[in-house]
This record gives sequence, structure tokens and C-alpha cells, in this order.
Amino acid sequence: MRSFTYARAGSAADAVGRAGATGMAFVAGGTNLLDLMKADVLRPEGLVDISRLPLDRIEETADGGLRLGALARNADTAYDDRVQTRYPMLSMAILAGASAQLRNMATNGGNLLQRTRCYYFYDTATPCNKREPGSGCGAIGGVNRIHAILGASDRCIAVHPSDLCVALAALDAVVQVTGPEGERSIPFAEFHRLPGDRPEIDTTLQPGDLVTSIDLPAKGFAEHSTYLKIRDRASYAFALVSVAAGLEMDGGTVREARLALGGVAHKPWRDPEAEAALVGKPATPDSFRAAARVLLRDAKGHEHNSFKIDLAERAIVRALTDAAERKGAPRP
Amino acid sequence: MIAIPSIPGFLKEPNGPIGKPVNRVDGRKKVTGDAHYAAEFTLPDLAHGFIVSSAIARGRITRIDTAAALALPGVIHVFTHENRPSLAWFDRKWKDDDAPKGAPFRPLYDAEIHHALQPVALVIAESFELARYAARLVHIEYEAAPHQTDLRANRANSFTPGKDKGGFQPPPKPRGNPEQAFLDSPVQVDSEFTQAAEYHNPMEMHATTVLHHDDGTLTVHDKTQGAQNCHTYVCNVFGLAKSAVRVMSPFVGGAFGSGLRPQHQLFMAMLAATQLKRSVRVELSRPQMFSFGHRPETIQRVALGADRDGTLRALIHEAVQESSQHENYVEVVVNWSGQQYACDNVRLDYTLTRLDVHTPLDQRAPGAATGVPALEIAMDELAVKLGMDPLELRLKNYAETDPNTGNPFSSKELRACFRHGAERFGWARRNPAPRSMREGRELIGWGMAAGVWDAMQGQAAAKAVLGVDGKLVVSSATADIGTGTYTVMTQIAADGLGLPVEEVTFCLGDSSLPTAPIEGGSWTVSTVGSAVKAVCDRVRSQLVTLAGKLDDSPLKGVAEEDILFADGHLIVRDDRSRRLSITDVMRGSGTLSIEEEARALPYLLARARHTFATHSAVFVEVRVDEDLGTIRVARVVSAIAAGRIINPKTARSQIQGAVVWGIGMGLEEEAFTDHRLGRVMNHDYAEYHVPVNADVPEIDVLFVEEHDDMVNALGAKGVGEIGIVGVPAAIANAIHHATGVRVRDFPITLDKVLAGLR
Ligand SMILES: Cc1cc2nc3c(=O)[nH]c(=O)nc-3n(C[C@H](O)[C@H](O)[C@H](O)COP(=O)(O)OP(=O)(O)OC[C@H]3O[C@@H](n4cnc5c(N)ncnc54)[C@H](O)[C@@H]3O)c2cc1C
Ligand code: SF4
Repeated sequence: MRSFTYARAGSAADAVGRAGATGMAFVAGGTNLLDLMKADVLRPEGLVDISRLPLDRIEETADGGLRLGALARNADTAYDDRVQTRYPMLSMAILAGASAQLRNMATNGGNLLQRTRCYYFYDTATPCNKREPGSGCGAIGGVNRIHAILGASDRCIAVHPSDLCVALAALDAVVQVTGPEGERSIPFAEFHRLPGDRPEIDTTLQPGDLVTSIDLPAKGFAEHSTYLKIRDRASYAFALVSVAAGLEMDGGTVREARLALGGVAHKPWRDPEAEAALVGKPATPDSFRAAARVLLRDAKGHEHNSFKIDLAERAIVRALTDAAERKGAPRP
Repeated sequence: MIAIPSIPGFLKEPNGPIGKPVNRVDGRKKVTGDAHYAAEFTLPDLAHGFIVSSAIARGRITRIDTAAALALPGVIHVFTHENRPSLAWFDRKWKDDDAPKGAPFRPLYDAEIHHALQPVALVIAESFELARYAARLVHIEYEAAPHQTDLRANRANSFTPGKDKGGFQPPPKPRGNPEQAFLDSPVQVDSEFTQAAEYHNPMEMHATTVLHHDDGTLTVHDKTQGAQNCHTYVCNVFGLAKSAVRVMSPFVGGAFGSGLRPQHQLFMAMLAATQLKRSVRVELSRPQMFSFGHRPETIQRVALGADRDGTLRALIHEAVQESSQHENYVEVVVNWSGQQYACDNVRLDYTLTRLDVHTPLDQRAPGAATGVPALEIAMDELAVKLGMDPLELRLKNYAETDPNTGNPFSSKELRACFRHGAERFGWARRNPAPRSMREGRELIGWGMAAGVWDAMQGQAAAKAVLGVDGKLVVSSATADIGTGTYTVMTQIAADGLGLPVEEVTFCLGDSSLPTAPIEGGSWTVSTVGSAVKAVCDRVRSQLVTLAGKLDDSPLKGVAEEDILFADGHLIVRDDRSRRLSITDVMRGSGTLSIEEEARALPYLLARARHTFATHSAVFVEVRVDEDLGTIRVARVVSAIAAGRIINPKTARSQIQGAVVWGIGMGLEEEAFTDHRLGRVMNHDYAEYHVPVNADVPEIDVLFVEEHDDMVNALGAKGVGEIGIVGVPAAIANAIHHATGVRVRDFPITLDKVLAGLR
């Protein structure tokens, strides 16, 4: 490993102050950052350890929602009673990810900022625009089974690997940030970005920005929601396609719908038109399929991942069916 | 059901430890961290190495700049082809016991690059982290040459290899007129199969620690399946006296064949230790575990022709596999197809294609795990076409003698495997129609397949030392890669002298011990176990002689065959009150210890006239989500015929582990090569998938009774590999039964099933 400086932040302000300098990185659970440093993919000059900052609580918000501390562990979040009863899809999403040991270490903030699992990103002997801007994209024309079918660019077709984030996107979470310029709130849809011609940039955070919490609005779709993850083995694998679905039902008719996909794009994928296509429709496979087709209308596959388009459609139908049939909050 | 092994005449003491589910004798050490692995040995001045891997797949190095690496404080040296010392010249000096025909790869030999991730430099530093960092500062310029890594694109350039590797038999000559017989057959199946390349990926990564002693001698702790194989290799390559080096591998964290050949970390650690005159450790990273040896990618065709009653008329099996440019790695892929079923018209073809890859390497049931599944899926396809039960079809064409040679089998209880396995599984209740069973959204399928593996035996020696305290130490330079060698050898020795297993210690994994071959091919019980038995028989004779000479001996004049050894005593068979303890015999005769060494050979005459094989029948239930294509294996029954089972507990572990791997072969494992880069891309545990616990259902293992007095003095065949052989095919067949979708391309990932369900 390259030499780097290490400092433990005493407060959020201290963390932001230290991380403003170039080459600095926050370290929380370390489950992603340290791996990438060992693989020589990330080469920070210094680490600012934020893991002991008091940002690890899960608290009620004034508007009836829940504030998830950026440093709350993934496991503590998933097993929190309030999360399980009011936002079951979130709990399910976390528990569908990684392994028990990793979830015990991983923090919510770190989960948002984890990097792609693209093979080329991890192998420094290969081209990758995300790792080394301008070097080319190894995955285009290469091995791309796990890559994007939506929102990709000719510079990068990587996907965001998080499960948690897919549920957060569906729930319209808001990311609270403290940075050199002060505090601000970022709606979840604006937190991650598409690769475009700057695939090296994953999010809209600025240098020195510290995620302090993730706020959930009051509405958790607890009655009719689910998280479905499809992967190559039963556990401990990233999603080929995942779906977070939340419905508000009026008898057999959909009153409101939330639908977010993982494993298909550089960010959790939501499509207002697809959600709108569900509203007022009966909860039947046909209307779910129609919405899926809206969502996937621009999907484009590559040599090894075209199957994801059909799979995504099937997954959406299944997830919406499960969500619609749910009576009360599912316990993951 | 664990069959109570029958007690053949050669078993001297029916109630001895052989056949008992004895706990692992090394279990406590393993769970308490007291078992030490190659990378855990150390000396105060230990230096650490990290290997630099090639960025290209073929070409040459034009420049290596090590200045930046060497400038770091704590970096000791960087070895490259430019500064390496002079090493052995002739290819034969670089050969090892598992080397195929060709020129073995020589690390840091010259500027040529033969494959991606080839080791091209070794950085030695005061810490591992520093060595790894410095390795990244080694600047290498290459002149790339065009490479070929795509088997399908290059299969036209294949050739027929000869007998290019120990244990390999080229396919037998065709019999009958297979092409015509196929055309004339009223029912035909003609299918192509592919098997992805797989990497061994044992949990413990390959590592070597060379301890450099003050007198200049070296103790080499290596991850290997053959301490003596590595010993010979390093002495040859580095021109060292045999007495100056000792190779140890008492514990190995899995290998599956990856430790059959000396791997390059051994060379690297030896290079640094001998040049720097220091203790050195070199450990590979997980991605570097993809830089040597793998189960080769294979493309196969199986054509079967049959009469309407299911009688096989024609059988054609062709396979093409990859090997490297410099060695002919070969494995038996197609021969089993001529052995498993009676058929008069058979053609078996096996060819190789040279690619710019490292040489493939034996991996659990090499060849059989690739070739037998192709045959067994084709048999299932034939059964479907015939409207016949797949088990019935196999019984219809059951080979009573080996059709390849005309020889009888030394024993073959495959029929019993079919019967007991089917019974346990409930096969009789199977509705043959695909898509006939479902529960909720899941389609349920039942599939079966047969398996076969050789029951080989090599030559080995063992030494026994019996102390006056009644404790026995037996040793042989074999290995225990987690398979249970320590335990079964302890049992065989304890059985031989009628001692409790607690009184027996077995030593292995040390090149200075009596000769034993590399541990592979499921032949260790047969090979080393026979030597252990032989040496204990000698000790036994000595004890009988000593006992007869004692004054007032109750055993005086009793012939050896009339004396039993049990509970630490010599006992007259027909009058059990006449007995002497082993310690009394030794004390009474003034013997402090008895030392014997013995070598055991296979029964060559019997071997020339018979076929020796283990067999299996595997039954699998899968559940396939009809909408999503996700597959899970819900139930496995594996019935095994492998002669006498020395330890049903460790044997069952072997079969269960092999079934788990079979699930991986069937559904998950695949190295993805980017052919533009000539490089495997999913080179870590996150993206190279092997089964996790959640993928593994209850695995029901049955051993059927099989008596064999030709295979060896123990009547035991070895169970390390047979467990995997039938599993991928049984899974594929079950998926077909569940969904009606036939996938012939391993691994069967959900996209392949979805493509058929659409
Ligand atoms: C083998 C394996 C399998 C996995 N499988 C899954 C899976 O199936 N699904 C899934 O969702 N995830 C999976 N993960 C990823 C895991 O969820 C992430 O590694 C984890 O969430 C990262 O959290 P951390 O606290 O350890 O982050 P760290 O590694 O400490 O940091 C990650 C990044 O986030 C930045 N960061 C951390 N906290 C903050 C903050 N408060 N503000 C600003 N920046 C911050 C760091 O600077 C760094 O760049 C897997 C990981 C591994 C190793
Ligand atoms: S997809 Fe993105 S991350 Fe992957 S190689 Fe291309 S640029 Fe790099």
C-alpha cells in the first residue's frame, strides 16, 4: 500500500476542514475504500477517519420521517424496528446485500459512495475511464455481463452496485451534506449522476463534502412494497437486476407507485413516466408489464448483458405483483 | 445410509478402527489455529516478496525500470530476467512429477511474455505492504505481439496429442462403424457442449516461506500436494544438494490440484532466499491465483444413436481443449464414454488447441468432470426422445465389462448405486414429462446422472516406529489437503497393530520422510494406505517373533496368522485368554523400539487384466422460478461405490464437498476472458462465483457395499473426486425436467434458462 496520512476527525467541521485539501478521503467502515487502496485503484494521500463521529443515530424527523445517520451501520439500520415497520423495502434491500460481516462494518454514507464493481475498474493493467480518465472503457466490447442497460455513455457503462440506494431512490430520500460551503440537502435523484463524458465522477458531492445523514420522508409504502434482488447465486453477489417497488393501493387499483431499479445503470434508476403509467391502473401483470416497457424503452444491451432487458421487465412485474399482494409490512 | 462395510478376509481384526467414523485427528489443531500454513512460518529476519504480473498476454519486455521501487527505504532488491542468476539450462531440470510433455514455464527466464499475469519481476522488501507498493512502482515497457486466447475461434488449429502426461491415456481406437451406425439408428441425439475455464481458488492462496538457517540450509514451507516433488524441483533448478533443502507442507488450506506442480511463488521465494541469503516469504494475491493452472475450457460433441428399445447403436464423443504454447496439458475427457455403456460402434476423439495461456492443470476429477457430464446430458436427451426413463436407459446399456478393453472390472456396484440412490430420492414417483411439477412460482425438476473415476494406485513407502510405551509413529511424505489423510492413515496403522487411534501418530508433508507420490487422483488411500498397512504388517511379524521367544510366553509356538492384534495386545485367536500386551512383549524382550520401513506396489498383474474404477449415481431436485429463471438446487442424493470406506465421516465430507463444487460447475463457476486483452477479468472472489452456503441444500451421501480384493490390500478405492463427476449433468437434466429448456453450456446461469423460457 502507498503511504498515506491518517487523521481522526474530532467533529464534522473538523472532518470537512481536513478533507478539503486535495488527495484526502474520508474513511468510514473502510470495506470499500481499503479494498480499492490495496488494489491500487484509489491512491489517496491522506485518510480522514470519520468513523467515530456522532453521526450514527437513527432519529425521528419533525415531518414524521426518519433520519438515518451517515455513520449508522448498514446492519443496525436494517434491524432498526422503525425501519423494519415503516420502511420494510429499505430493510430488505440492505439485508439482500453483501454479507453479515460486511453489513456490520459498512456505514450508510459509505454505501452511498461505494464504487462500481466493473472488472476493469479493479484491474489497473486494463483501460478504464472511471479509474483513469481518457484511458478508454474496457467493458465496451469486452466482458460486460454485469454492466448497464440504461443511461450509459460511450465512455462508461458501469453500474452502481448498491442495494440500499435503490430503496432510498424509491423512497425519495434526501441526503444531508456538510461541506466547505456549509450545509445543504440533496434529493436522492440528484445525488448520483450518469457517466456522460465524466465517468470518473459518481456523485454531485464536492471535495470536502461530508454526508451527515439520509432523511426518509414520512411515506414508507409499508403496506405494499418489496425489494427484489436477482443475482447469480443465492447470497453474497451483486445484483444483476434489482427492483424496489412501493405502491399505494385503492382496492385493486394503483393510486401511487414508486419503482427504482438497481444493477442497470450508473445510478439507481427511476422513471417518472413509468410510475405515472401505473397510476389508476388495475394491479395486474399486464399493467405492470406495460409500465416496465415504458421504463425500459431506451434500454440497450451489450454483448453479454442484453438478457438484463428481458430480466428487468420480468423482475418489475414480479416485484410490483408482490408489492400489490402484500398485506401489511413484510418482515425481511 | 452408510453401508456397514463387508469384512473381507484380509481384514485381520474385524473390530478395528477401519470403517469407523473416527473424528479428524488434526481437527483440534485446525479449529484452535494450531495448524500452521505455508505463509505462517517466520524467522526474525524474514523478508517479503511481491510478484509483478504481466500486463499483456503475449510479446516481450523491452524495458524494466526498477529505480523508483529501489529508491524506497526498506526495499531490498528487485529480481527480473535481467539480473537473475544463472539457473538450470535443460528443460528436464524444470520438470516435475505432474509436468506434461513440453517445456515447463521458467519464471524470470527471459523477456518473453507467454500469457497474461505472467510473473515478470519480484520485489523484496522489509514488509509485505512495502513490497506490494514497490511492485507497483516497477515500470515495465512491453512490445505486444498478437495473442490468441479464444478456443472457439482457434479450434480449427487443433491437433491430436499423444500420451503426453502421466496418467493420461489417449482414446482407444474406434470400434465398429460408428458413423454408419449413427446414420442407421432410428433415434439420434447430436449435441454440442461447452465447459467454461475454472480456477482452483483454494481458500489459502499459494505461498512459500523459505527459512534460511545459519548453516546455509533451507527449510521451505510451501503450499503443495507433493513436498518431494517440490524438493526435487528446487534442487534441480537451483543446483542445490538434496541434503541442503527440506520442503514441508504439513497443512494445506485446500488445493484441488493447484498444488500438484511447483508453482512460481516457490521458485520466487527460493530465488530470493538463495541470492539474498535470507529468509523470504512470497505469497500470491487473489488475482494472481489466476496466473497459473486452471481447468481448461472445453468444447465437445456427443452423438448417440439407439434402437427404439433404447439399445445404444452408436456413440461418438469428440472434445477439444485448450493448452498453452509450451506444454501439452492433457486429461482423459472422452475415454469414459467408451467405458460407461455397452455399445459396439464407438469413436472417441480428443484434440488440443494451443492458446497464449498458462498451462492448464488437473482440477478435481480432471477430464471426467468435463467429459462425463456431456455424455450424461446426451443420455438424458436420448431418454427423452425414446420416451424412456433415464435410469432405465442406463440400466439397459449397463457395461458388465469394460467395453474399451474387454477386461472385467475389479468390482463395479454402479447398479447398487442406481438402486439405492433412486430409492432414497424417490425416483420412482417421477413423472417423466417436463414441466410436470410445480410449487407456487417454481417449476420442479428431477434429474439424474452416473459418474465414474479411476481407482488408481502408485508406489509409496512408509516408516513405522513402535515405542516400548506402545505408541506408534508412522510417516510418509504424502499430503493432507484437507481430505483427511492424517486421519485415515492413523486408522489404517492403528488397525494394523490393534492399537487405539489415540496411540498412533501419522506424519506427512515433509520431503525427508519415506517416498510418496504427489497427492492427487484419489489414489492416496490406495497408494500410501497400502504402504502403511505393509509397514505395520512388518512390525506385527516382529512382535510375534519377539513374543514367541519370551520365557513362559502364552504365545509360544502359535503361528502368526493365529494371532489377533487388539486393544494393544497380541491374542491367540482361538483362546483369547492367551494374550500378551505389546508393551510386555517389548519390555520382556528388552526392545526399546521397533523400526520398520516398507514399500507397497500395486497388484500389477491384476491391474493389467482389469479395469479399476469408482462409480456414482447422482439424483438432483432443482427449483426454477418460471418468470425469473433463477435456479436453486433443492436436494441431492449421491450414491457412491468406492470399495471399502475407511472412514465414513471423512469420506462423506469428501463427497459433500465435491457435490458443492458440482453445483458450482453446474450453475456458477466461470472465468471470463477478455480476448482482446487475453486476460481473465473476474479474478477475485466477489466476481468469480463459487457456491455460498445459501446455494447448498441437504446433501444425502450413500456408500454402497462394494467388495474388491484386487484393488489393493485395503479393498478401498478413494473418494476424493468421484463425488463431483455426475453432479453438473444431473443438475442440467433436472433443469430440463423442470422447464423443458436444455442448456448444454456450463455454467447454467439464469440468462441461459430465460432464453429458453421466453
Ligand atoms: C465482498 C463485498 C460484497 C458486497 N456486496 C454488496 C451488495 O451486495 N450490495 C451492496 O449494496 N453493497 C455491497 N458491498 C459494498 C458495501 O455495502 C460497501 O463496501 C459499504 O457500504 C461501504 O461502506 P463503508 O462505511 O465501509 O465505506 P468506506 O469504505 O469507508 O468508504 C467508501 C467511500 O465512501 C466515502 N465516504 C464514507 N462515508 C462518507 C461520508 N459520511 N461522507 C462522504 N463520503 C463518505 C469514502 O471516502 C469512500 O470513498 C459489498 C462489499 C464487499 C467487500
Ligand atoms: S464501464 Fe466504466 S468503470 Fe468499467 S471500464 Fe468502462 S469506464 Fe471503466
